[in-house]
Amino acid sequence: MESKVQSPKSGIPGPHLALVGALLVAGGVGLCSDWIDPYHLDVLTNIGINVILAVSLNLVNGHTGQFSLGHAGFMSVGAYLAAAVTLNLAPRLFGPDGGAAGPTALLFLGALLAGGLAAALAGLLVGVPSLRLKGDYLAIVTLGFGQIIVVLFQNFEPLGGALGLNGIPPYTTVGWVLAWAAVAVFTVGCLVRSTYGRGFLAVRDDEVAAAALGLDPTRYKTVAFVVGAFFAGIAGGLYAHFRLTITPGGFDFTKSIEIVVMVILGGMGNTLGVILAAVLLTLLPEVLRPVAEYRMILYSLLLIGLMLVRPQGLFCFKRGRTN
Amino acid sequence: MQEFLQQLVNGLSLGAIYALIALGYTMVYGVLRFINFAHSEVFMVGAMTGWAVGRQLPQGTWWGGLVVLGAAMLVCALLGMTIERLVYRPLRGTATLNVLITAIGVSLLLQSVFQHPRVFGATPQLFPPVFPERNFALGGVALSSNQLVVIVVAALLMVGLELVVHRTRLGMAMRAVALNPQAAQLVGVNINAVIALTFALGSALAGAGGVLYALNYPTVEPLMGVMPGLKAFVAAVLGGIGSIPGAALGGLILGTVETFVGGSAWLSTYKDAIAFAVLILILLCRPTGLLGRVAPEKV
Repeated sequence: MESKVQSPKSGIPGPHLALVGALLVAGGVGLCSDWIDPYHLDVLTNIGINVILAVSLNLVNGHTGQFSLGHAGFMSVGAYLAAAVTLNLAPRLFGPDGGAAGPTALLFLGALLAGGLAAALAGLLVGVPSLRLKGDYLAIVTLGFGQIIVVLFQNFEPLGGALGLNGIPPYTTVGWVLAWAAVAVFTVGCLVRSTYGRGFLAVRDDEVAAAALGLDPTRYKTVAFVVGAFFAGIAGGLYAHFRLTITPGGFDFTKSIEIVVMVILGGMGNTLGVILAAVLLTLLPEVLRPVAEYRMILYSLLLIGLMLVRPQGLFCFKRGRTN
Repeated sequence: MQEFLQQLVNGLSLGAIYALIALGYTMVYGVLRFINFAHSEVFMVGAMTGWAVGRQLPQGTWWGGLVVLGAAMLVCALLGMTIERLVYRPLRGTATLNVLITAIGVSLLLQSVFQHPRVFGATPQLFPPVFPERNFALGGVALSSNQLVVIVVAALLMVGLELVVHRTRLGMAMRAVALNPQAAQLVGVNINAVIALTFALGSALAGAGGVLYALNYPTVEPLMGVMPGLKAFVAAVLGGIGSIPGAALGGLILGTVETFVGGSAWLSTYKDAIAFAVLILILLCRPTGLLGRVAPEKV
């Protein structure tokens, strides 16, 4: 697969500089958010969250070639844990009026990281047994785990049961989301391009050959799964503090599918394409809002049409890759 | 003991429906090696057809019930063949994941078409009692005529399928395509026709399953296929995907286990999780399913 091995020239020179730049842009957008239309801010926030989800799933599905259908499950773990942390700690620390910007930001960061780590742990627990399976079987097992996580949350009364959690403090701002999206893209991008990360591509392209070269496929798959789950958890935390209400039903199979569609439309393993697909698929329902009645019909027709016309992904302009 | 038998009967009638749907998954997987996610919507369309036809007919008659069943199977067979012709055939030979996503697209399309208020709308509707209703008591075990219809119809259809697959030329061609499509084509099997007929048969079974399901849980709505569809898929994997007796066995096991868990006092809310837990256990211990054969990996 020489087409996947990018020469140093094709990458952005100095990914760290790019990350700093992106974080500055995120901070800038966050500061100007008072002058931006609230509707546009909402859409931008949604885009950012979906970019994190799609890029993290791309590490598992695209770069490592392990088809996971349970990403929304990990997202829900992060969302619930982060929301539980802020719901329990914010009133105790800051009283009823909310605290100053600094301490709240620290608390939010802590909550997000806790959510991400919990999701990563869930990823490890799910990944270790299920990554022994391949292809369709792996897809269906991850789907099963995703559904089980939803049912567990539905039955866990301390976290609201089927009604979910309400009144989560509105900590998510557009700056937070864009900053985390930048971190996710940076981490996944650098991980895959590193010497170590070539292993992910090797495992995807030919597992047997990778094992023959002395790489441990299971280990690579698990690492990809855990890192992907971590960022899904972060995205979940951001989502919870953006929507302010979360229910287990919001993280079911349909949500996982939505993320998978972004990855496939973007072109599996093509980071830029996946980001564009996430942006496009978030904007699409908004654009179709005037024909709301036919929105889902048009969405699914577009999906089928795109798969028929461009099976290699919308934004993949290299030679088509087949399995 | 009495309660055990009662739950067993309930479980078997639910399992028979899962088995009918699972057969469609397993047949399509057998010939094309992909998960037809739109199958659960074919099941829904079957129930919808039954609902639309059943309302026009006098209720509680045997012939009416059979007409409803036949109409649903016919419509679903045509729908399955149409989906195959328009969507899956152009994609044959491309990456499995693309076909999978397209199947999900078809599934979303059917759901959203039926959710449109002019077609059906989102409100659940009561399914008419098309078969005569009577309740029997066998030694304290209550058995409704609908449950009996489910079990008998499912058993007949499964025996019929078994005969088609093992006793007819079409069945032989289907098995040949499942074994090796290229070789089958070389010996003169018309692959396109065989695959289309496989879709027709599987979809007809799903349509019958839809009517039978709607009879026992008497409402229909556009999203009704999602959960039974997923569970039937689990049943197909449990029995060994690609294996027809496996799908029947998997469906029966899953339906029974689910009914027992749903009937127990403190596990009932975990009913939906149990299907997937069973699946994960089976796949981890025996990834080919109960009756599946191990395919050696070629390098």
